[in-house]
Amino acid sequence: MKFRSRTRRRGGNSQLAHKQTKLKFVDLILEASSGVLSRPGRAVLTILGTILGIGALVATLGISKTAGNQIVGRFDALAATEIVATPRAVGRLSVNAIPWNAQDQLERLNGVVAAGTLADIAVKGTLIRAVPVNDPLGQSQFQMPIKAASPGLFRATRSRLGSGRFFDVGHSDRAERVVVIGRSAARKLNLARVDQLPAIFVGDQLYTVIGILDSVARQPDLMSSIIIPEGTARKEFRLPGPSLVEIETEIGATGLIASQIPLALSPNDPSTIKVAAPPEPKLVKDGIQSDLNSLFLVLGAVSLLVGAIGIANVTLVSVLERTGEIGLRRALGAGRRHIASQFLAESTVLGLIGGVLGASFGLLVVVGIALTRKWTAVIDPKIPLLAPLLGAVVGLVAGLYPALRAARLEPVEALRSGT
Amino acid sequence: MATSHEERSDGLNLDRAEPSQERRALLELIALSKVFPTTPPVNALSDVNVRIFAGEYVAIEGQSGSGKSTLLNVLGCLDRHTSGTYLFDGIDTSELTDSERAELRGNRIGFVFQAFHLLAHRSVLENVMLGELYLANPRSERKKEALECLDQVGMNHRTSFLPTRLSGGERQRVAIARALMGDPGVLLCDEPTGNLDTKNTEMVLDLLDALVARGITVLVITHESSVSKRAQRRLRIVDGFVSESSVEASI
Repeated sequence: MKFRSRTRRRGGNSQLAHKQTKLKFVDLILEASSGVLSRPGRAVLTILGTILGIGALVATLGISKTAGNQIVGRFDALAATEIVATPRAVGRLSVNAIPWNAQDQLERLNGVVAAGTLADIAVKGTLIRAVPVNDPLGQSQFQMPIKAASPGLFRATRSRLGSGRFFDVGHSDRAERVVVIGRSAARKLNLARVDQLPAIFVGDQLYTVIGILDSVARQPDLMSSIIIPEGTARKEFRLPGPSLVEIETEIGATGLIASQIPLALSPNDPSTIKVAAPPEPKLVKDGIQSDLNSLFLVLGAVSLLVGAIGIANVTLVSVLERTGEIGLRRALGAGRRHIASQFLAESTVLGLIGGVLGASFGLLVVVGIALTRKWTAVIDPKIPLLAPLLGAVVGLVAGLYPALRAARLEPVEALRSGT
Repeated sequence: MATSHEERSDGLNLDRAEPSQERRALLELIALSKVFPTTPPVNALSDVNVRIFAGEYVAIEGQSGSGKSTLLNVLGCLDRHTSGTYLFDGIDTSELTDSERAELRGNRIGFVFQAFHLLAHRSVLENVMLGELYLANPRSERKKEALECLDQVGMNHRTSFLPTRLSGGERQRVAIARALMGDPGVLLCDEPTGNLDTKNTEMVLDLLDALVARGITVLVITHESSVSKRAQRRLRIVDGFVSESSVEASI
């Protein structure tokens, strides 16, 4: 109940020896927030434009990035992760440039998913036939390509089995007479299943068919070929060396791996190895994105402009409605700059909320579209952070004129006209 | 400069303690006039000479259009006079910039309006806390002081209410609590009972009496003699001319 001495207020350095009136930042934000939240319905309607604008921008950037990455992703699946190394045809020793242990050498490199060697075996009229032969009318002997592969080739070519199994390092090391045959080769030989361990003659030798390929993503020749383990080919056909190495890398690693392959395969003379690698995927992606973006970015910018006009309008109306409050605040010691900063802060808060909601809305759109297309949603992590900031800037700019109008009001007029 | 202010304030406190005939006026209007530059110009205040001392309870009576609101606006540093001098505690207000006048209002003057001017969407407590918003005190301190002020007007049981749920008299008491924030020393009341019924009018006037008894200078503008007769001193304003209608009428 006791009144404090008024001299307490007179110790300042101001010309009047009063405490200078000011509005602390925390108080400013609290005042602005309660100003905005006192009319939640109006606030939501006000920021609708900003939500749509920011949402459109975020969705555009997100969708184009997602779509761009998706195209790269499909491209990656086949070509962008494939490297093929072959001996450079420079005369004499080129055939043996790829060592037998190429698969082991390359699988050691960081970024290589799988590697496998492949060689064509000179058939020299060797015929292939299945046993038993039951159909005297049908052709029972065929000339088919025979290929020697290291076990890793199946992974490197993304081969899938129709039935049976692939041969492994053990088969190859023991030079066992087993084969994996392509689907069309199997059809020719009237083989559909391998559970009865069918055998085929390759020339005079009997080979057990242990697997039938259903599909391959690379080296489509395999589908019509008889594939025997490399070790077997060395023993039975005196294969001098692999004719190529098929390598699957991780996404984005092709450039690096391509540069390492010659040295890994032929440390004495890397120039004997020829490497075929896909173009840098980054460039492809950038090209796609810049085409997709511009139209939607313009649309987003237009809705953002409309949003800004909406905020400016409503803030102006709110200044006119709250004339009495402005007068009161002036009477309580607020300077013109305090009034201006309050209305600026209110429009900035509105813009900020619009930005946050818009960014969330945009992200939902991106994720939703990605889900329906079974894509992986890709969004630059900066976008959800920058979008609310952009909203706040839009609010700030939109609030400039109303804030100036509010600051220009004379306290007497404001108190008289507002009740 | 600062030293002279300190002396002044010391002198003022002395005045409060032991009133004497030689004390300096808290508010002093010397040959003051206010002309509104309309066509034709309106002389809202003409050659006003008034001295109001610290601790006084002064009523300014007048019909509407007599210039009493203009006088209150000038006294409250809400409006500038055209000629003459207005000294607030010895400070020549015509030399002050806009922001210095805002400082003066924020620190030394409390306002009570006929229309209350409470923010409808803010609680009673927040409305009162608003009274010291621009003095940049910590929020906790403001809250404490607001509760004290609400206690003084007998409204501490309604702190969380919205003003719309209060009666007119209660609203005006909240507005007075807001005006008391920051120990202003001078309370300028513009028709404080203009929107109130008899019972609430009495309640608010009793409150003003109590504030005067505690040493606050109270100026009340009114057109009702029932209100002005409660004051120690009554000034009559007619067409911009101010005259003393009774000195030390009561007490």
